[in-house]
Amino acid sequence: MTETTNQTGALPLPDRASQILAQARTMMDDLHLGPVQRWKAANPDGLAIGYMPVYVPRPLFEAIGCLPVTIFGGGDQVDIIRGDSYFQSYICHIPRSAIELGLNGHLNCLDGMVFPSLCDVIRNLGGMWKMLFPDRWSSYLDLPQNFALHLGGKFYGQELKRIARELHERGAKAYDPEALRQAMRNENRRRLAINVLDDLRRSEPWRLPASDLYVLLRAGGLMPALDHAELLEEFADAVRSRPARPFDNVRVVLVGAFCEQPPLDLIRTLEKSGCDIVDDDLQLGLRYIESAMDAEAADPLEALANAFIQFGAATASRYIGTAEKGAALLEKVKATKADGVVFAAASFCDPALLDQPMLEAALDRASVPFTSFKFSENTGQFQVIREQAGAFSDSVKLWGTVQ
Amino acid sequence: MKCVVGIDLGSTTTKAVMLDESGQIVGKGITNSRSNYAVASAIARDEALTNARFSLLDRALGRSTHADAVQARALENDLLSAFRLELYLDELVYLEERVMALLQIWSPSPLRDAVTAATTDLLADMQHTAPDLFLGGVERKSDFFRDIAGQAFVQGAERVCAKSDVPFERLVGLFDRAILDVETRVQARDFGVLLPTAVARVAVARKVSAGVRAVLDQAARDAAAEPVEEVALAGTGYGRQTLPFPKEAVRSEILCHGRGAHRVFPGTRSVLDIGGQDTKAIQVDQNGVVTSFQMNDRCAAGCGRYLGYIADELNLGLHELGPLALKATRMIRVNSTCTVFAGAELRERLALGQAREDILAGLHRAILLRAMSLLARSGGIENEFTFTGGVCKNPMATKLLKELVVDNYGEHIQLNIHPDSIYMGALGAAMFALDDYNAGHPSLMPTVQTGARSQPAPLFDASCA
Amino acid sequence: MSTALPVRNRPPVSLRPATAKDSSQDRQKQMIADHYEKLAHAKENGQKVVYTFVPGNLTELLQALDLLPVLPEINALQSGMRQKSAGYIAEAEKAGHSEDVCTYVKCDIGMLKSGNFGPTGTKLPEPDLLLLSYTGCFTFLKWFELLREEYKCPVVMLHVPYQPDGKISPEMREYVVNQLRDEVIPALEKLSGKKLDMDKLKEHLDLSRQAEDDLVKVWESAKHKPSPIDGYFGGVYYIGPIFTSFRGSQDAVEYYRELRAECEARILRNEGPQTPDGLMGEQRYRLVVEGPPNWTSFPDFWRMFAKEGAVVVASTYTRVGGLYDTGFRHDSSQPLETMADYCLGCYTNLGLPTRVDLLERYIREYEADGFLINSVKSCNSFSAGQLLMLRQLEQRTGVPGGFIESDLVDPRYFSKANIENRLQSYFQMIDARRLRVSA
Repeated sequence: MTETTNQTGALPLPDRASQILAQARTMMDDLHLGPVQRWKAANPDGLAIGYMPVYVPRPLFEAIGCLPVTIFGGGDQVDIIRGDSYFQSYICHIPRSAIELGLNGHLNCLDGMVFPSLCDVIRNLGGMWKMLFPDRWSSYLDLPQNFALHLGGKFYGQELKRIARELHERGAKAYDPEALRQAMRNENRRRLAINVLDDLRRSEPWRLPASDLYVLLRAGGLMPALDHAELLEEFADAVRSRPARPFDNVRVVLVGAFCEQPPLDLIRTLEKSGCDIVDDDLQLGLRYIESAMDAEAADPLEALANAFIQFGAATASRYIGTAEKGAALLEKVKATKADGVVFAAASFCDPALLDQPMLEAALDRASVPFTSFKFSENTGQFQVIREQAGAFSDSVKLWGTVQ
Repeated sequence: MKCVVGIDLGSTTTKAVMLDESGQIVGKGITNSRSNYAVASAIARDEALTNARFSLLDRALGRSTHADAVQARALENDLLSAFRLELYLDELVYLEERVMALLQIWSPSPLRDAVTAATTDLLADMQHTAPDLFLGGVERKSDFFRDIAGQAFVQGAERVCAKSDVPFERLVGLFDRAILDVETRVQARDFGVLLPTAVARVAVARKVSAGVRAVLDQAARDAAAEPVEEVALAGTGYGRQTLPFPKEAVRSEILCHGRGAHRVFPGTRSVLDIGGQDTKAIQVDQNGVVTSFQMNDRCAAGCGRYLGYIADELNLGLHELGPLALKATRMIRVNSTCTVFAGAELRERLALGQAREDILAGLHRAILLRAMSLLARSGGIENEFTFTGGVCKNPMATKLLKELVVDNYGEHIQLNIHPDSIYMGALGAAMFALDDYNAGHPSLMPTVQTGARSQPAPLFDASCA
Repeated sequence: MSTALPVRNRPPVSLRPATAKDSSQDRQKQMIADHYEKLAHAKENGQKVVYTFVPGNLTELLQALDLLPVLPEINALQSGMRQKSAGYIAEAEKAGHSEDVCTYVKCDIGMLKSGNFGPTGTKLPEPDLLLLSYTGCFTFLKWFELLREEYKCPVVMLHVPYQPDGKISPEMREYVVNQLRDEVIPALEKLSGKKLDMDKLKEHLDLSRQAEDDLVKVWESAKHKPSPIDGYFGGVYYIGPIFTSFRGSQDAVEYYRELRAECEARILRNEGPQTPDGLMGEQRYRLVVEGPPNWTSFPDFWRMFAKEGAVVVASTYTRVGGLYDTGFRHDSSQPLETMADYCLGCYTNLGLPTRVDLLERYIREYEADGFLINSVKSCNSFSAGQLLMLRQLEQRTGVPGGFIESDLVDPRYFSKANIENRLQSYFQMIDARRLRVSA
C-alpha cells in the first residue's frame, strides 16, 4: 500500500496538529507497546493491565495505580501462525492476533489481561489465556445485561470490587474512593475532549477526517486518561489553525466495528470514496459511557457501576432491554445530520452480524439509506469496498437514497 | 520374487511402490489420475512393475565387469525409452481405432471424409515421428500418454489444418473424446515381448556391437523371465473413499504419509505434506506411528491448488512459479490465501504496479504461514522435519519453509526433502501391505480387464536406422 | 378450531429403522407428541406460551404456573433432521441475515417466515412471552431480540453470569436469585394470572431430582464394557425429556426410571446400544466427544462411528441443558437458589479450563481410547478454543484426540467424505498406537 499521511485536503505542514498525529500513529503502530513500557518505567509500582474491547471501567484501574491498555489485536502487520492454529476458519480475526502477540512476547509488559463479556469468542479467549499463560493474572469481567440498579448494578459493583481486590493482591494499590473520584474526573475530561473533536469532525469533516481522529484515539488506549485528554485538547486547538478546504462528501455513520478494528487504510478508503464518517463505533470503549460520570458521588464505585447501567451505549453486545431496536442509531443519524449508514462488521462477528438485520429494518422504516460490507483486521484488498462505498456515496448524493 | 504393492491415488497423479518380501523398494511408478480409479491404480502398479523389471535388468548387467556388459549398462536409459516407445506406439494404434470408431458415428459427409483423411494422415505422422520423440535425445517433460500424444496431436492438427479446410477444433475435439477411452484401458504389458523388442530397437538405433547386443538380449530375457508374484496390496489417497480396493486394503493417507516419510528419513518426527487438494501436518513417534495429525479445514486455502490458480492466472506452468518468486526483490505482504479470490488479489496488486515476482513471493509466504499454523495445531515441529507432497518441489516454498522453521523453532531442526517425496504415501501403503502379508491376511488388487495388444507394432524399418 | 391431524399419528422423528426399539423411546415419542398436541390447542384452551432456551431453562417454574414452553433450538434441530433447515436458512439469509452467524437462529427465523410449522407439522402458537434465560451463549440474547421484533411480545431477561473459574460465587447466585424473585417470577405470574405456589414448585423440583438421579445412572452405565449406551448419538435422545419441557414432571421420572432399567438389563446381557442399523456389535473404540452433533445428516454421522465399532461413552453436548454427574441436583429446600445453581452450572456456562477438567475426568473415568471434537461452525460458545482444549487434553491424558468440523443444521457445512476421511484416519491412528503399546 502506498502511504500518504494526508488524504483529505489539509496541507502536509509540520504543524503541531500533524506532529501530534504522527506521534499517535507511531504509538498505534508499536506492536511492542512502547508507550506502555515507558509508562511502567516511569511508574515502577504500577501495573499495566491489557483488556480486550469493548468496554472496561478504566477509571477503576487508574484509581488503583494500573494503566488500562486496550488490545486491538495485531492489525495487518503480524504474521499469524500460532494464533491461527487455535482457531477454526469461521472465527473472527482478533483473537488470533491477540494470541500471536501474547505468545510472541509482544505483550510481556502487561501484568494482566481482562476479558470483558462481549461475545462468546472473547469470553472463551479469556479461558484460553488462563491455560496459555497460567502464571499471569487474567480475569473475565462479567458486564451485567440486567439494567436495574439494584440487580445488574449491584452485581456489577461486586464485580468491580472483585477486580480491585484481585489486583491489590497482585501489587496494585488498595481501592481508595478519592483516587477513584479523581480518575473519574480525568475520564470525564477526556470524554469532553473527545466530544469537542467529534463536534469538529461533524461541522468540518475536511478539517478533521475520521481517520485522523481514529489515530488520535488509538493513542488513548495506551496512556492515562489525563495525558490523553491533554493531548486531545492541544490537538483541538492546533487543528483549527490548520488550513483545509471543504469537500463535497456524503455524511455517514459507521456501525459494527466496535471490537476488531478495520485497517486504517480501509477507513481512508471510505473517505476517499466520498464518505465523511461523522460518527462511528470504532474504539467504542472510549465513548461507551455517553454521559459524564458522577465523580463527586459519596460512593464513587457505585457511581461508576451505575454509569455503565444508565449511560451505556446501545451497541450490539448490550441487551436492548425495553428500548426500541435501532432507535439509538436513528437518533445518532439525526443528531449528526448523516445522509446514511455504512455497516462495517468484522467477518464472523456474532454481535455485529446478528444485530445488523434489526438495525437495517429500523433504517428502512425511516428511509435512511445504508450499505454494508465485512472486513477483517488484516484485510489487504479494498477494491470492492472502494467501489461499493463510491457507488453508495454517489447515489446518496444524486438521489438522496440508494437506487 | 514375491512383492507387495502400495498405491496412493491422488487428485492429479496416482503413485505405486513395490516392496520385496524383505521390505526393499524394488519399483515405483506414477501415472495421471483419471476418471477410472481402478485403471489409474492398475497402470501405476504396472509402471512400478516396469520399474522393478528394469531394476532386475540393471542388477543383472551390474554383476559383470566385462566391457560388453559395461557398455550395455550404459544403454539402460535408451532401453527404457525404447520400452516406452513400444507402449506409446501400441496406445497410438488404439487411439486411432477409437478416433475412427467415433468418426463412424458421424453421418456421411464431405467433412467427415476430410476429417478422416486428415486424422489418418496426422496419426500416421505421429507414428512415424514417435521414435524420435523417445530416442532422439530430447528430454520428455512427461511420460504420460495423454501429455505426449496430446502435444503431438495438436502440433499435427495445426499442420494438417493449415493445408486443408478441416476445422482445428473438430480434430482436437476428436482427440479429447478418444483419449478418455484410451485412458480407461489397461494396456497389457508382456515383458517377454516388449523387452526384446526394445533391445532390438536400441541395438539398431545405437548401432551396438554384436557382443553388447548378446548381453542385452540375455539380460532382457532374464529380467522378463523372473517371476514376479504380487502377494499383497494396500491403497490410500485423496480418492480413498472410492478406492477400487477391498475395504481391508484401504489405509488412511495420514498413516501412509507418516510412515513413508519416516521410512525414508528415520529421524522424522514431524511431517508436512502440501498436496493439490489438502495440506496435512503429521506427528510420528520413533516407530513411524502417527501420534497426532491435522488437515486443513473444508476451505482449500493454502493448498497446492492455490498455486495452480495463480499459475493459470499468469499463464505460467506450475513449475515456473517458484523460480520466478525467487527473483523477488521484496516480499509483498499477502494476508489472504483464499483460492476463490486468488485471481482478483493478483490482478489488483498488479494493477497497483507491484512486481509480479514480489507478489508471487508474498503468495508463497502466505501459503507457508497457513502450513505453519496447521503444524502448530498438530503439535508443532519436532526434529527431524520432513516436507513432502507436490509443493515441496517448489524452490521458493522450500526456501521460505526453512526460514520460517528457523524463526519459529530454531536452528536445530533438520529439514528433510527427498526427490521422491511424491511416493511417500504409496511407500507407507506398501509397508502396510507387507504387514498384512506377514500377518497372514493380505489383500489383493482386483483384476482389471486389460486390453489386448492390438497387433504387433511395426518394429522399425530401414529409414529409422 | 384446529384442523390439524391428531399429532400422535406422526412420529416426531423418523430416525431409527424398525429394529428392536427400547420401550422408553416409545414413551418419549408419546410425551413429545402430547406436548405438541397441547401446544397446538394452547390458544383455544387459553394456555399461555413461553418461548425459552434449553440451557438454563426454568421448566419447573413454568410448570408450577401452568405455562407451556416452546424451545426454538429444538425446533431448529428437528428442522435439520427433517431436511427443512437448508430452506429455512436460505429464507433467513435472503432476508438479510449473514452467512457467518448461528444457523439455529437462521433456521428458526426462516421457519417463522415460512409459517412456523413445528416438528409435527402443526403450526406453533406464537409466544405470549419470551423468557430470555441468557445462559452460556451470547447468541441467545440476539435471538430473542430478533424474535421480539417479529412477535412484538414482552421479553423477560434472566442474565446468568458466566463461571470463568468453575466456581459459583455467592454474588453470582444472589444476582440470579434476585432476578428470579424481582423480575422473572413477577413477569411469569402476571402472564399466567396466578400467584406462584411455592409448594407446587417444590413438588416439581423434587420430581426433577428423581429423574436426574436416574439419568446420572444412565450416563455412568457407560463405564461398563461393553457400554450399554451411546452417550452422544444415543445420548441426544436420552436428554430429550430432561432438557426440554418435561423435567419436573411425573412423565420424566417414569421415562428415566424405564431408561435406567433398560440400560441395566443390557449390562446383564452384555449388550451394546441400539444404532441406526440395529444393535451395536463389537465395541472397538470408546470415545469421549466434545461439541454438538450435526443434525442434517444425523443417522449418517452416527453410522460413521457405529460401523467402525466406535461407541461414545461420554459427551459434553449432553450436558448443555444441565450438568448432573458432578453432583448437582435440584433441591426443593431452596427453590430459587437451586434454580440459580442449575442455570449457572450448564456446560457452556463453564470456563474453558473447567471444560478441560471435565473432559479429562470423563476420559479417565470412562477409560476412553480417544476423545473427539466435533467443531460446529454455528456455535462459538462451544467452538472457540476447542483446538487448545484438544492440545491440553492430549498432553494431560496421552489419549489421542481427533478433530472434525461440521455444523448444526446447515447442510452446506457437512461434508461426508471429509469427515469420514478424518474419522478413519483417526481410528487407524488409535489402532496403530495400540499395536505399538502392545508390541
